[in-house]
Amino acid sequence: MNKANLLDRRKVVSALLVDRKDVVAIGGLGASTNDITAVGDHARNFYLWGGMGGAAMIGLGLALAQPKLPVLVITGDGEMLMGMGSLATIGLQKPSNLSIVVLDNEAYGETGGQTSHTSAAADLVGVAKACGIADSRAVTTMAEVEAFAKTVHDLSTGPRFANVKIDSAGVERILPSRDGTYIVNRIRGDLGFQPI
Amino acid sequence: MHARADAADTASNWPDDIFATLQRFDVRQVPYVPDAGHSKLIQRVLASSTMRGIPLTTEEEGVALLAGAWTGGQRGVLLMQSSGVGNCINMLSLIPILRFPFLTLVTMRGEWGEFNPWQVPMGSTTQGVLELSGIKVLRASNAAEVPAVLEAAAAQAYNALTPTAVLLSQRLIGAKVFTK
Repeated sequence: MNKANLLDRRKVVSALLVDRKDVVAIGGLGASTNDITAVGDHARNFYLWGGMGGAAMIGLGLALAQPKLPVLVITGDGEMLMGMGSLATIGLQKPSNLSIVVLDNEAYGETGGQTSHTSAAADLVGVAKACGIADSRAVTTMAEVEAFAKTVHDLSTGPRFANVKIDSAGVERILPSRDGTYIVNRIRGDLGFQPI
Repeated sequence: MHARADAADTASNWPDDIFATLQRFDVRQVPYVPDAGHSKLIQRVLASSTMRGIPLTTEEEGVALLAGAWTGGQRGVLLMQSSGVGNCINMLSLIPILRFPFLTLVTMRGEWGEFNPWQVPMGSTTQGVLELSGIKVLRASNAAEVPAVLEAAAAQAYNALTPTAVLLSQRLIGAKVFTK
């Protein structure tokens, strides 16, 4: 990459989760789920290893079921592009406790770094805004990330969307559990739900 | 233009039977891509104070939504047409992996007096696609059997976490009539 001042993905995710309180965090398929893990495993982390394009919709289902909890989806540009219609679905439902952050390195980092549509044409902030998510921000500084992290806890002003331009440098792979049933039941248990 | 042929069951209240069953099973989130065969049920859902109807842009969104709903403690049901089953395929992998209750009600096209050839390929593979994806398939072909089929489907989906699809046959719904 030859663009200056791109943010470090791990620093961005760390700033989003450092003071997470009761946040339920969903990591989209790809490096984002590892970034969440790097901040520290947590009973309210939902790690995706598949279902590309589904992260934002999992966030919507959770946010509608738990309106008093902040729900934060952290995903990549490729994963968000595959589920772009879900921004229209979310824009219509307007769950005020849902926040979506796209870590945008303009590339499919897990498959060899092929450039994505956001590198030259697609503007995900514009898409989110046009889908009815009024609070949609293009984020380029850590100060803006920190400001956004605070708003995640405001349950009355969402949904909100942030596209964060990050560098495409490779980072150490820190892998979470791959057992989806364990991941879901751990969150359910932490929210007070009994096994069936 | 969206009329339906006079099927034996157009005067019956099978969509109300479905709604009552879903209500009894405490279904809260109802994602859907509209289909004429689901229109009455969708109206009931949108008028309900306990269920939330959630229009989707494509059906696989609904699979992911139901995973999130269950993680947050709510049950849901996905309403779609047979063509939408094809759109869901990869997302259906979430169901065995995350092990959440999955119930979908699928209105069938491409069978029983179909006018539009474009509906036939997907309508012909709908049941096979679902079964290959690990989903049990039940079918209702007339209004009289809708309550029992729905009851069985909801019970096994929500009580036994057995992913289940109910195919609402074109014979039940009535073949779509195309008029100028």
